[in-house]
Amino acid sequence: MEYAVHATGLIRHFGDVEAVKGIDLAIKPGEIYGFLGPNGAGKTTTLRMLTTLLLPTAGSATVAGYDVVADALNVRLNIGTALQEVGIDPKQRGLEMLRLQGALYGLSRKDVDRRISELEALIDIGDALNRAISTYSGGMKRRLDLAASLIHHPQVLFLDEPTTGLDPLSRARVWDYVRTVNREMGATVFLTTQYLEEADALAERVAIVDRGVLAAEGTPAELKRSVGADVIVARVAEPEQAREALARVEGVQRVEAYGDEVAVSVQNGAALISDVALALAGAGVHVNELTLRTPTLDDVFLQVTGARMAEAEEPAAPGEEGAEA
Amino acid sequence: MSATTQQTRVVARKAGFFRDVWNLGARSLRSIPRDPETLYPALVIPVFFFAINVGALQDLTEVVPGFDYKAFQIPVAILFAVTGLSRANIVVTDIQSGYFDRLALTPVNRLAILIGFIIADLALAVAMSIPVYILAFIVGVEFVSGPLGILALLGLTALWAMVYNGFPYAIALKTGNAAAVNTSFIIFFPVVFLTPLFVPKEALTGWMSTVVTYNPVTYLLDGMRSLVSEGWVMSDILAALGGIAALGVLTVPLASWALAGRVRRS
Repeated sequence: MEYAVHATGLIRHFGDVEAVKGIDLAIKPGEIYGFLGPNGAGKTTTLRMLTTLLLPTAGSATVAGYDVVADALNVRLNIGTALQEVGIDPKQRGLEMLRLQGALYGLSRKDVDRRISELEALIDIGDALNRAISTYSGGMKRRLDLAASLIHHPQVLFLDEPTTGLDPLSRARVWDYVRTVNREMGATVFLTTQYLEEADALAERVAIVDRGVLAAEGTPAELKRSVGADVIVARVAEPEQAREALARVEGVQRVEAYGDEVAVSVQNGAALISDVALALAGAGVHVNELTLRTPTLDDVFLQVTGARMAEAEEPAAPGEEGAEA
Repeated sequence: MSATTQQTRVVARKAGFFRDVWNLGARSLRSIPRDPETLYPALVIPVFFFAINVGALQDLTEVVPGFDYKAFQIPVAILFAVTGLSRANIVVTDIQSGYFDRLALTPVNRLAILIGFIIADLALAVAMSIPVYILAFIVGVEFVSGPLGILALLGLTALWAMVYNGFPYAIALKTGNAAAVNTSFIIFFPVVFLTPLFVPKEALTGWMSTVVTYNPVTYLLDGMRSLVSEGWVMSDILAALGGIAALGVLTVPLASWALAGRVRRS
């Protein structure tokens, strides 16, 4: 199997709303692939098509080598999915839910219990497995949900914003968990996220999705390199004036103005920051803050979409995160 | 968290329809005692109506020699105990919590999801009619058809509950909304009250007489009353089964259509 996930021209419409406008994916087995974008970008819709919950309007996709439309059953047998909305039944006990989950995948009770004992070390829930799920904390519910998605040892694990709403400690544990699953189970991980640091920390490759299309794709390092070696960020009172002035500075690769912020991509920020300051002063721009840093994925997002991640939210399409089911 | 564990390689496959039904039925059955507040109305309402109806109409109706109004009202109390008692609100919770999606992501047979709930409903219908039988014994009602007749009554009751619950399941699956499911109780009134609920069919006149003739629940009540008061009258029992089937012709496709809509990927 060349690709764990392969999609060509994947499109999904909800009435007049074009939630996904033609997405191509080629994800190799064993990869952790980050699907990064703001709310309403089309991440969840794409994930729901890949996991057989939603039919594409057009285009095609295979997951674990099976067509998501024609061979949905085999796709389901080979994937594990933890949706953004934690899919658990609060009336059940953790152990009951995991056993039921295993049974629905045709596993014997012996195999299910063995898998549960293996996953216990990963999910770190301990004796709480025998308690009603309604008594669990948010982090415990999320980890139980992840365990349920792994009970049948899937080849491909889909995680839809797995750390949304979690505290920093729980988030770090989920990251650790994802790395462990990938390393020890060899599972390909398709991870949607709206957190830049999450994609940066976890994903070997990242796709930036915006308004239903892939705006950029590559390793986090490649993407950040595309912005430049360094970024000088100026917070100014006159951003347009600053942008024009800075575009004329020698050594500046790119200038993006957004709100009161002007981001200048350069190869050697330390050498150029004084020139930037002088250019701003010469243009009569009032500077509130001037900083030098290495590029982030947010800078990549700004470069490819013209907006910062936090400001790029679209109204959610049906089936998209934040939308009613 | 990052402890290294040897991972067992297991092979996922379809469990099969009957194993899916068994597993999901067991889950639904487990949920019943964890949700006891849903059972309280089914315990109180039949006793309340039985007491009211008997108190109001016993003397009036028992002027007919040999007519036992308490025996006449026991099937009504049974219907009040089991009608609409479903796990449809659990369906709504599953949809809202995302658990329904989790089920849909597995290779589970889609119909087994619904049947799993119905299994719990059948058990619940039998369980919740038992207090009515105890009430019947306490007030001295004799079941002419004997213990086997009581089993037949339990069977009719379970079938009725299964068929009627097609309404709340259809609403739950279609809307995913608990308030909408609760409004399904409105269906209960015409279905159950436009029957010879209080007096025998022969005593009804005008439009009421016409309506009860066409209401399939009339035949269910008649069949149940026949088992209580007359014994094994096969034509009455078959008519009762026919009445259940007539409602089923409406509710089973309705619930199936709603399930198909819920799991449809479009």
